This record gives sequence, C-alpha cells and structure tokens, in this order.
Amino acid sequence: MSSIRETSSAPGLALFAAAIVAAPFLLPDYYQSVLIVAGLFAILSMGLNLLMGYAGQISLGHAAFYGLSAYASGILTTTFHWPVPAGIAAGVVLSGVTAALIGIPTLKLKGHYLAMGTLGFGVIVYIVFNEAVALTAGPSGLTGIPRLSAFGKIFSTDREYYFVVWGTVFLLFVLARNLVRSRMGRALRAIHTSESAASVLGIDVARYKAFVFVLSAVYAGIAGALYAHFVTFISPGSFSFHASTQVVTMVVLGGMASLWGAVAGAVFLTVLPEWLRAIEDYDILVYGAILVLTMRFLPGGLAEGVERVLSALASIFRGKAKASGGEGKKP
Amino acid sequence: MKGMKLFSAALLGGALLFGGVAIASEPIKIGAIFSVTGPAAFLGEPERNTAKMLEEEINKAGGLLGRKIEVVVYDDESDPTKAVTAVDRLIKKDKVVAIIGPSTTGSTLAIASKVEEAKVPLVSCAAAIDIVLPVRKFVFKTPQSDLLAVKHIYRHAKKNGISKVAILTASDAFGSAGRKELKELAGKSEMTIVSDEVFGPKDTDMNAQLTKIKGTGAQAIICWGTNPGPAVIARNRKQLGITMPLYMSHGVASNKFIELAGKENAEGIVLPAGRLVVDEQVAANHPQKKLLTSYVKDYETRFKVPVSSFGGYSWDALSLVAQAIRAGKSAESAAIRDSLEKTKGYVGTTGEFTFTPADHNGLTEEAFVMVKITKGGWEMLK
Repeated sequence: MSSIRETSSAPGLALFAAAIVAAPFLLPDYYQSVLIVAGLFAILSMGLNLLMGYAGQISLGHAAFYGLSAYASGILTTTFHWPVPAGIAAGVVLSGVTAALIGIPTLKLKGHYLAMGTLGFGVIVYIVFNEAVALTAGPSGLTGIPRLSAFGKIFSTDREYYFVVWGTVFLLFVLARNLVRSRMGRALRAIHTSESAASVLGIDVARYKAFVFVLSAVYAGIAGALYAHFVTFISPGSFSFHASTQVVTMVVLGGMASLWGAVAGAVFLTVLPEWLRAIEDYDILVYGAILVLTMRFLPGGLAEGVERVLSALASIFRGKAKASGGEGKKP
Repeated sequence: MKGMKLFSAALLGGALLFGGVAIASEPIKIGAIFSVTGPAAFLGEPERNTAKMLEEEINKAGGLLGRKIEVVVYDDESDPTKAVTAVDRLIKKDKVVAIIGPSTTGSTLAIASKVEEAKVPLVSCAAAIDIVLPVRKFVFKTPQSDLLAVKHIYRHAKKNGISKVAILTASDAFGSAGRKELKELAGKSEMTIVSDEVFGPKDTDMNAQLTKIKGTGAQAIICWGTNPGPAVIARNRKQLGITMPLYMSHGVASNKFIELAGKENAEGIVLPAGRLVVDEQVAANHPQKKLLTSYVKDYETRFKVPVSSFGGYSWDALSLVAQAIRAGKSAESAAIRDSLEKTKGYVGTTGEFTFTPADHNGLTEEAFVMVKITKGGWEMLK
C-alpha cells in the first residue's frame, strides 16, 4: 500500500525542486501571493501531518502555535525594533517551548480527550491575542510589521518572498522525509498503531510523542513568523479555531501519513478557491462538493489518488509490454 | 470523470465570458473586496448588492468618460489573508484602476501596504479610525469614525443630566475601537466611566456584566458592538428590570437589530446613526434627502430586503470613485487618487464628504443624527 510513498526519493525531490523554481515563471504574476499562502499552509500541514498522520495524535489547536510565533515576531520587530531574523527565531522558539510545556499534560490524553485538550489550548491562546491589547493591539490587529530582511537584503517583492517560503518548504520537506524514514519514523508509526504494543517493544512512547508534538509546533512557528512578515499585519482572526480546522482538512484531504499529501492538500485547498472565483456565486457549493467527492472516492486523500493513477498506468504499461513483445515475466 | 468535465466546462465558460466582455467595450475596471460570506457577511452582502446596483445605474446613464464601468467583486470570506490574495488578483490580473472595500478593518489594514505599493486608490467600507490615521496616501474610507459617534452620545447624555456611565463593549475590532474612544473622550465630555465591562461577540448571556453594572451607580449604559451581542444585552436588560437608559453604537443601526432584540426590548434605546435608517424623517430640504429616498427605494424594490447603512458605505465608496474619475477626467489610478483628495462637499448616503490631504474620511459630526427606537421603528431626535 505505502510502497510508492516510501520509495519516492531522489527523482521525486528533484522534480519537486524543479516545480518550485519553475512555478512563478509559468504562472501569471497574481498567483504569487496565492502560492506564498499555499506554501505557508504546506509548512503547517507537513508539521501537523507528522503529528496526526504518522504518530496518530490529533491536534485541533495548531493555529495557536502558528499565531504565537507570528505575534512574537511581529511584536518584537515592530514594538521593540528587533532585527527580523532574530524576531523569527524568537517566535519559533516560543512556539516550540510552549508546545513542550503544553505537551507534558495534554499528551497523556488520548483520542477525543487529546482533541479537546488541544482545542481548549487553541481557544485560550486566541483569547489572549484578543485581550492582551497593550501587547497585541487586540482585535484590531497589529500593523506596521516590517518585511523580511536578512543579510542586508529586504525581501520586498512577492517573487523574492515566494522563493524564501518555498525554499523553506523544500528544506522542511527533506527534514520531515528523513525523519519518517528513520528509526524515529518507524517508532511513530508503531505508536499510531498501538501505544501499548509500541511500549512493549521498548519504544519510549512519552518521549517520542512529546518530541513530535514540539517538532510540529516548530513547523507551525516557522509558518507563523513568515506569515507575519509577508502580510505585515496580523489580527487574531487569522489564528482562530477555524484556521486550525483548515489545516486539519488539508492534512486529511491530502492524505494522512504522506508528506506529499500534506503539501498537495495545502496547495489544492489554497488554489482551488482562486479557480472557482470564475463561477462567482456558486463557488462555495462547488468547493464543498469537491471536498465531499474527494473524501467519498479517495478516503486516503489526494496521495491515494495519485498512487492509484500511477499503479493503473503501471499495469497498463505492463499489459502492453506483455501483448506486444511477450517479454512479461511468466508467473 | 463526468464531474470533472462539467467542472472544466464551467471554468472555460467563465473565462470566455470575462474575456469577451473585456475585449468588446474596454470598460473602466473598478475592483471590490467584500466579506460576502463568513462572520462579516452582514456587511459584505448589502455592500456587494449595492455596488452591483450602482454599477448598472452608472452604465445606464452612459458610463464614465464615455466608457462603461465594470465592478469586479471578490469575496474575502471575512479573512484578511484572503483579502491579500484577492487584492493581488485585482491589481495584477484584472488591472483595476481603483478598489472599493474591504468590509472589515482587519482586511483593510492587511491590504493597505499592498495598495500603497501598487499606487492604486482604495476607498474602504470599514469603520476604524486606524485606516485613515495616520493618513496613507492611497487609502480613504466612507463610514463615520467612532469618534464622531461617541461625541454624539456623550452630548446627548449630558443634556439629559447624566454624568456617570457604564461602558459595555464587544471584544472585537469594532468594540475595542469604540472602547478606546469612549475612554479617551470621557474626561473632555465631563463623563465618568464607573464601570468598564467587555463581552465576547458570540456570547449568549450578558446577565453577569449587567448585574455588575447595576450595582455601580451608573446613570446610563453605553454598549458598543455589532449584532448579535447588543441584541442579547437589550433582552437581558429587560429581564433584569434595569431602567437606566441604554445607548448603542451605530453598529446596530439596522432593522435586523430590532428583530433580534425583540420590539419590546429595543424600545427606548438611543443611538447615533446615519440618516439612511430614518430617510423618511429627514427634512425635505436636506441635501441628502433626494439621494436617500432613491437609494432606499431602488434597493428595497430590487433586493426585497430592508436597507442597512452598510450598503450605503459601498454606495458612497463607488460613487466617490466615479465622481473622482469624472472630475479628474481621467481613469488612471494616480489621477483618481489626486481627484479623490480634492472631493469637496460630495453628498453621499452617509454624509457630506470633503477630503483633504490630512483627512481621508472627510465626514463631520453632521453625518450622524441621534435616533431612538420606538414601537419597532426609528425616530429621529431633534
């Protein structure tokens, strides 16, 4: 079942890199900001997929980590005039540390209770964004956040920012890919299947769960800080429960336990509404219908769809080879 | 498979439709971003409807500078991030010369730097003063600022012998902006805020806050928020038997509020509002009278729903842009901006607009009247 996902390696990555480089030149200019947003969601959903898809731990509060980092970096660079890279680093660290602290009590929970715990955490952080007016500027939002600048260069155009974001997506993708192929990845999948069985086999369940929770928060933190310095304005609305469910949708639609799926889900769900703008008033209906149909016919998500197409192609190819040359192996 | 085919046919059809119009008459393209769906849909829907209606009217009357206009509307789903991608599409793909909207303060602030960079004038339909303070060269707005509303309320309260008030504001962008102004202006208006309570915009019970206020010796309550919160407050106030006067903000100035709160609970509430809700009571010789009557009639016959002041914001935004194109005799972005800033005494549904380089809202206290809810209707106070 998962053979193609596992073996897609060097050529797949090279293709991915080529697609990232080529996209802004092939697509019209106005797609750049859409693709930047898609890239940010890809980082978020890759992180959540490590937690949900591989380790089987649900989080309904991921927007909190996304927002914490965005606010930390936004406030430090705007109110306290830190250099942007330092702000981003601080934001990511804050997300990671918060996840470590939150992870200790919540990861003892399982299933619905873990979902409830993370949901509660997300709501609390959202309320803090709204109420800590002196720091966050409250519901009106924080304005005047500087654009990303590093090494004396300001990434002011969307094209430059696109490469920053998708370069990050690529690096984080490789990191996650190496991780899930390692001993760690196997341990996580073992935890997903059965925590008791995993611990019987000598896997330190609590430690692995905490690690992957922190890692996925770090991913969210990176996305959050990049978001703040892209839009240059943040308000609590972008980090509400709705944003958390959006990321969960991307992971599920893309395909659980598939890193390609996480990226595909994020890009698909961000770009789709843009295509649907052409049919104005009916876009929401069609959008909903596409989601329902995808889940009905591809419960394994987009990743499963691609896999099926590939294996269908492979069997057609094999069949042809048999018919024309008779070179197919005999059983 | 069949679904896919249908879907791509629809896409293709849409693309052809848009392409076709553009080539046929080369209209002046004006972009619009409204929150047609999502939590701010109560703003975005009347705004979209109004913009489309006015587009038709302008074209029927011969368009602008001999060209037709085309209003390209995108829905930001009340999400600032979506507004950012929508504004890029308007500027880079549709190549609009000016933009009206967005509906919310968050979306407006999120795209402000984009329109400044692209040098495309934006006339926002969102309320907060932060949009035009500090002044951004290309950003204007049509709704009255909270400051003006607060002044009206305090003046009315003082006239009625009130000096101690309790404020009860929503914890969203609109509510917190109002709270800030209420606190800042209190001293100057000789008002003492004896209680400062906040409610969540989706809360369904405000008994706790109201009970607390009851015991503070306040002489009146001032509530700042948009539906449904204030409607709950009106109901709870009646249930608790609180008799001190209740002031509301212009955020609830639509029939929807009376409907949500219930006639008997809304009775006697006083608030500042644009003249749109009391168009019939506006004096016949008032400069806005003719416009208000025709807008209300056109809107209500066409959409079969009562008007709200929110649709009026978009009427003003689009007609200000149209007027700027006419006056500047140019449909170039930079010229529209310059011409907009020279707008003087332009009569809109919200009030009379006079923009200056230092004032991109251009309204005075004149834009508000105090109204009282009586028997499920609106009564203009003198």
